[in-house]
Amino acid sequence: MAKRVGIEVSIALAEAVRLANVDVVAAFPITPQTHIIEHLSESIATGDLDANFIPVESEHAAMSCCCGSSAAGARTFTSSSSQGLMLMSEVLFIPGPLRLPIVMAVANRALSAPISIWNDHQDIMSQRDIGWIQTFAENGQEAFDLTLHAFRVAEDRRVSLPMIVNIDGFILSHVIEPIEILSQEEVDQYLPPFKPVYRLDPRRPITMGPVGIPEVYTEARMAHSEAIKASKRVIIQGWKEFAELFGRQYNPVETYHSEDADILLITMGSISETAMTAIDTMRDKGQKVGLVRIRLWRPFPGPEFRKAVGKVKALAVVDRCLPPGATAGPVGTELRSLFYKVPSAPKIFNFIAGLGGRDVTVKRFEEMVDKTKAYIKKRPKELYEVIGVREK
Amino acid sequence: MANTDAIVGWKTITFGCHVLEPGSSAKFRTGDWRSQRPVLDKEKCIKCGMCWIFCPDMAYSRTEDGYFEANMEYCKGCGICAHECPKDAITMAPEE
Ligand code: SF4
Ligand code: SF4
Repeated sequence: MAKRVGIEVSIALAEAVRLANVDVVAAFPITPQTHIIEHLSESIATGDLDANFIPVESEHAAMSCCCGSSAAGARTFTSSSSQGLMLMSEVLFIPGPLRLPIVMAVANRALSAPISIWNDHQDIMSQRDIGWIQTFAENGQEAFDLTLHAFRVAEDRRVSLPMIVNIDGFILSHVIEPIEILSQEEVDQYLPPFKPVYRLDPRRPITMGPVGIPEVYTEARMAHSEAIKASKRVIIQGWKEFAELFGRQYNPVETYHSEDADILLITMGSISETAMTAIDTMRDKGQKVGLVRIRLWRPFPGPEFRKAVGKVKALAVVDRCLPPGATAGPVGTELRSLFYKVPSAPKIFNFIAGLGGRDVTVKRFEEMVDKTKAYIKKRPKELYEVIGVREK
Repeated sequence: MANTDAIVGWKTITFGCHVLEPGSSAKFRTGDWRSQRPVLDKEKCIKCGMCWIFCPDMAYSRTEDGYFEANMEYCKGCGICAHECPKDAITMAPEE
């Protein structure tokens, strides 16, 4: 039976990986991901988890090892963050097209310069197009559940794609929460053994990762891109079955007081909980405000998002990433593209907030909603706005 | 001469773009890149096999009389065999 315990989110996530009975963990420690792999390395050392821990010399090596072990048919996990994810970047683009179902937890953190160990989404947004399925957890329970879901979906033979679970660095990774830890029997019920579509086997030699000459490269990339799109059905099915077994239902997007709202806040990750508090406060004052939270970032759940938004007047889209020189933040850009030329599309205003660990408070959400109200009447000059930035 | 098996659509391309048939690179004829070809002077050749060892395309094979002969369907004309031959028995002749 599942047990509800007070546990640090990183440890709970590592417990999910242990319960998934992974075969290989190849990882390099980096703040704020460290506790995840520390706990896994300990579990392997004490024999609680029968797996190989590869203490690599860098994140580049970590992801290379993961590609190799997944190709050999081993259930594979790694975790990284920020600068570590950057060092991994070259290899991150490879397992997607090769259809290697590696699971990775990213404890989201800002990027240098200036040096920052604190939370925002710039690390993962810089790796937006690596071709992995990506989800964002809101709290500790979700971090645990989404990790099991990730193994289930990634390794499904209809999907066979790598998958990232994003958790906010510190805000989630280092916080102790009451989390329901599933038992081994329960996890085994949900997660079947890994049966790869193809694996490297000297008895039946195949080549993975050949050169793609111009005559096939486009087709190979298209096949990968379509596989990501098609994975949505399995992702949703994986959540449905999770709900049937354990009672917690997850969807590609979640809503909070969205039905009668005039303005919707759009968020990803842990700030969504503060946003809900802000909505309660604003609703008490009679303001028709709601929330749509994006849980599934890649593949982007376009139809689900449109349905969740309905006929609302305006979206206040919160991005935790400032892409220099771009027209807007990554989520803002995504949604403007999604609604371009759609009849009766909502007005979209983009707010950049919570960079490098700066708190996004209830007050900040109220400020965004106030600005959105003003912008509905009078269009702002800029396509995005950095919330709470000091000028002098 | 290049293998046209590679011309596939995105729906029919192999899973993960894997090559599922071992040794299939033999089907990919690299000989049409060549701008010069190795010509052997049997008078000088001592049948040591260095050309056979060094050829990056494994174009050489041993003939019945013990000499080594490059298969022109695979020889890409790199000249490595000529460079490595200890007896200067191979010269590179331009392709017409
Ligand atoms: S020229 Fe190059 S490819 Fe041709 S036989 Fe010599 S070594 Fe091999
Ligand atoms: S390397 Fe030169 S000498 Fe040796 S077998 Fe080849 S051609 Fe003959």
